[in-house]
Amino acid sequence: MTKRLQNITSKLPAVVALLLIVLLWFLLSETSVVPGYMLPSPVDVVRALIGDFPIIIGHAGVTLQEAFYGLGIGILLAFITASLMDHFLILNRAFYPIMIITQTIPTIAIAPVLVLWMGFGMAPKITLVVITTFFPITVGLLDGYKSVDRDSIDLMRAMGATKLQIFRHVKLPAAMPQFFAGLKISASYAVVGAVISEWLGGFVGLGVYMTRVKQAYAFDKMFAVIIFIVVISLLLMAVVNGIRRISMPWMAVEERGEKDEKE
Amino acid sequence: MELLKAEHITKKYSGRTIIEDINIQLEEGELVSLLGVSGAGKTTLFHVLSGLVAPEEGRVLLSGEDITAKPGRISYMMQKDLLLPHKKIIDNVSLPLVLNGVKKQEARKKAEPLFGEFGLEGTQYQYPSQLSGGMRQRAALLRTYLSSNGVALLDEPFSALDTITKSNIHRWYLDVMEKIHLSTLFITHDIDEAILLSDRIYILNGKPGRITEEIVIEEQKPRPADFNLTDTFFHYKKEIISKLAL
Repeated sequence: MTKRLQNITSKLPAVVALLLIVLLWFLLSETSVVPGYMLPSPVDVVRALIGDFPIIIGHAGVTLQEAFYGLGIGILLAFITASLMDHFLILNRAFYPIMIITQTIPTIAIAPVLVLWMGFGMAPKITLVVITTFFPITVGLLDGYKSVDRDSIDLMRAMGATKLQIFRHVKLPAAMPQFFAGLKISASYAVVGAVISEWLGGFVGLGVYMTRVKQAYAFDKMFAVIIFIVVISLLLMAVVNGIRRISMPWMAVEERGEKDEKE
Repeated sequence: MELLKAEHITKKYSGRTIIEDINIQLEEGELVSLLGVSGAGKTTLFHVLSGLVAPEEGRVLLSGEDITAKPGRISYMMQKDLLLPHKKIIDNVSLPLVLNGVKKQEARKKAEPLFGEFGLEGTQYQYPSQLSGGMRQRAALLRTYLSSNGVALLDEPFSALDTITKSNIHRWYLDVMEKIHLSTLFITHDIDEAILLSDRIYILNGKPGRITEEIVIEEQKPRPADFNLTDTFFHYKKEIISKLAL
């Protein structure tokens, strides 16, 4: 069996399951088992998506900007925090528990406070995205730094490496797999985080648009936006995966090796 | 003058003495083994010699210069190959040069010609995961060679390999040592390996570990492949077993 064919057949069950769910949805709404104002038919949703596409894109521009800025700042902060915490054990002991506690605070609960502090512009939205994306990346990096073999560091020292060289040649590359695992989660959080914060106040953005169509009971339009958000999140995750593959060529080699051994 | 010399080394960890009053020396071009049971402090001694940790007492001299607690002067190879999985073999072995400020391309150029001698031809641009255990160990030795100022500490470098790979790599190792110049201190708990490879053997015994014996292997190098089947070999083996406090 060729690799390509194998790829297609391995994804077949997921595609079939998805189609079946959409079919079930279609039947439920067409036969009016669930009334149309509660669950619009997929046909209506697609129609709404096409009809509203220019409006959705307009709002999406703002939301995506917030998501990207937030994610960018989140990554930067995560790098600085994780690297400092790895370097200074005392910082790790002091802040790790606090970081865990902050994660138990639901996003939706702090969003109104942020709006109160920062107004209705982009700032509170970006801040919320930073808060939600920061944690998975920081934890990923910290675990990655910690995964390095103690002997590897001793060997580097025996070769006369400085701390910075050990970081650059051993620790940072070792943390890359966990970093990307965290980034993948964060990328999808970023869009959702931006949308949620827009629900609570603002003039433009997908979240604002969602609340507007909800108030008009236009559920088909609301579902259209949801599907649009899902697609965008998936695309973002695919982009992260692509970057991961390019920046870690050795992983592809290792994965191929493992597959060959199994066959 | 001796190339490497350790004088009266004593090292304690959390109050417990691991090694006590160790005196050893290594001459230019020699291969000297440290043979001892587990827990005799062999690796601790190497940590001191390589400068990774400071001893409570004693000092380490390289060509007369005091290098106690100064890492980066003599190279160290551990039991695990510790090749970095994200670097190609050529970048792994030339890493010590890069750490010393040589540019990556320059370092590659210096490492390249040695691949043939080390039997690693063709692996330059592969990743460590693509190599067998024996080949990875060869690459680790090449890296050790490139990081050395002619002195290397080898801590049970072949002990993780299976018997057949091990005997192959011994032959390969003796062969390589004929071609390159590397004075070596070698930790092992394998008596056969020690007799086969060494010019001299220090025996470490007890807790805390001390050098209790020094044995010179007179057999000329390169030694024949069946040296380990000769009477001379068994004579040495008997002598060593009697002196190891097993």
